[in-house]
Parts: sequence; C-alpha cells; structure tokens
Amino acid sequence: MQLVLFLIFAVLCVAGALNLLFQRHPINSALSLVVVMMSLAVIYWTLGAEFLAAAQVIVYAGAVMVLFVFVVMLLNAGEEERTTGSRAAYIAGIPGVAAILALLTYIFMHERAALGDATLGGSLNHTTSNITEISRVLFTELLLPFEVTSILILVAILGAVVLARKEQ
Amino acid sequence: MVPIAYYLILAAVLFCIGIGSFLIKRNIITIFMSIELMLNAVNLTFVAFAHQWKLVHGQIFVFFVMVVAAAEAAVGLAIIIAIFRARQTLNVDQINLMKN
Repeated sequence: MQLVLFLIFAVLCVAGALNLLFQRHPINSALSLVVVMMSLAVIYWTLGAEFLAAAQVIVYAGAVMVLFVFVVMLLNAGEEERTTGSRAAYIAGIPGVAAILALLTYIFMHERAALGDATLGGSLNHTTSNITEISRVLFTELLLPFEVTSILILVAILGAVVLARKEQ
Repeated sequence: MVPIAYYLILAAVLFCIGIGSFLIKRNIITIFMSIELMLNAVNLTFVAFAHQWKLVHGQIFVFFVMVVAAAEAAVGLAIIIAIFRARQTLNVDQINLMKN
C-alpha cells in the first residue's frame, strides 16, 4: 500500500522535473517545480518527517517559489530563445549525467537489502513526536548553528535589498 | 514497506534531471530553479538516511539546507534583477562580460 503511494508521488515528482526541463516559458517551469516540491513533501511524510513535510510546503512551495514567480513577472520574462548552447555541455555533460545516474542506481539496487525498508508512520521515534525530537536536538545540541543561521538570514535580507535597489 | 533504495534512486533521478536542465537551459531564472531542484534531491537523500538510522540529525540538516536555500534564493534573485537592469537580458549566452 505504501509502495503505491510512493510510486504515485515519485512519478508525479519525476514528471514535474521533466516538465521543468522541457518547458520553454519560465513561469511553466516554476509551476512544475511547485508540483515537484509538493510531491516531495508527501514523500517526506511517508518517511516519518512530518515537520519537514510542513516546512517544505511553507518554505519551498510557499515562500521560495512565490519569490521566483514574482521575479519572473517583474522582469516580464518571455520564452527562452533556442540557442545551440555550449558544445562541452552536450558532449561531456549529458553522458556524464547518464553515467552518474546509472552508477548510483546500480549501487543502490545492489545494496538494497543492506539499506533496509521504510515503514509508514512515526517510525523515527515511537515514544515522542517528530517535532518534539527535532526541537529538543535543535535547541540543545545545535543551538549555536541555529543562531548563526538567523544572522545569515539577516545578512541575506540586507544583501538582497542592497543588490535589488535602484542605482541613484 | 518501501525499500530505502527506491527513495535514494528517486533522489538520484531528480538530481540528474537538475544537472541536465542546469546544462541545457539558457534562461538564468530556470537555471536557478534547477539548482533548487538539485537541493531538493539532496534533501530527500538526507531524509531517507535519517529514516534508516532512526536519528533526527539528518532531518535537522535538511532544515538548515532549507534555511540556507531560502537565503540563497533571495540573494540570487536580487542578483538576477541587477543583471537584468544592467544588460536587459536573461539569456546566459549574452551575459559574457568576463569571457576571454
């Protein structure tokens, strides 16, 4: 049953990613990326990461993609022009990507038994909820990195404002 | 019961599609989107391994990746806007000031 759920959203995910690749208009690519991110949220949930599923929807599908769509509309981006592109990308890049994919797939299928199975539900910890466990580790062991990221966000906001401001 | 290997293969497929569209696409915004796709694929690997090891540290790493990706998206899109103001184009083939 879980396999069916996984397969449905995995196919949706890959279809969205391929649509991103084949669409010419940036707004279509942005919307297919939203499909990928929403399907990934469901897949996170099946892996017992409820908090990350919610954060994926709110942060990625909500905030980041809205930012992308805003920029596409602000710059009035039309269809991309079809150019030949870099020849090195086609000669070395595409076979390289195919080789990486084949190698990774072979390794994962070969080590399938050793990697084990995923079961649906709060499998990470049966006594406490996922969010309780995450926040306990985040605010005790990893408090300093958490505070550093808040400074990073502040710097990023300032940088974005400075970069996007009109020259006087 | 789904083998963890299937999740990892899905992540590998998404990552490779991300690399492919990074190489093929010519619009700078779409290239930026394929970077986000690759980040998502890596996040899926982290969550799958966190499930396998029954530890939340992998999920917390994904949380940090999400935070950094949001900051990166804000700065990157601001840079795209600045480039568009200067060059009036989004095509990466025409943004070649530092070439040669």
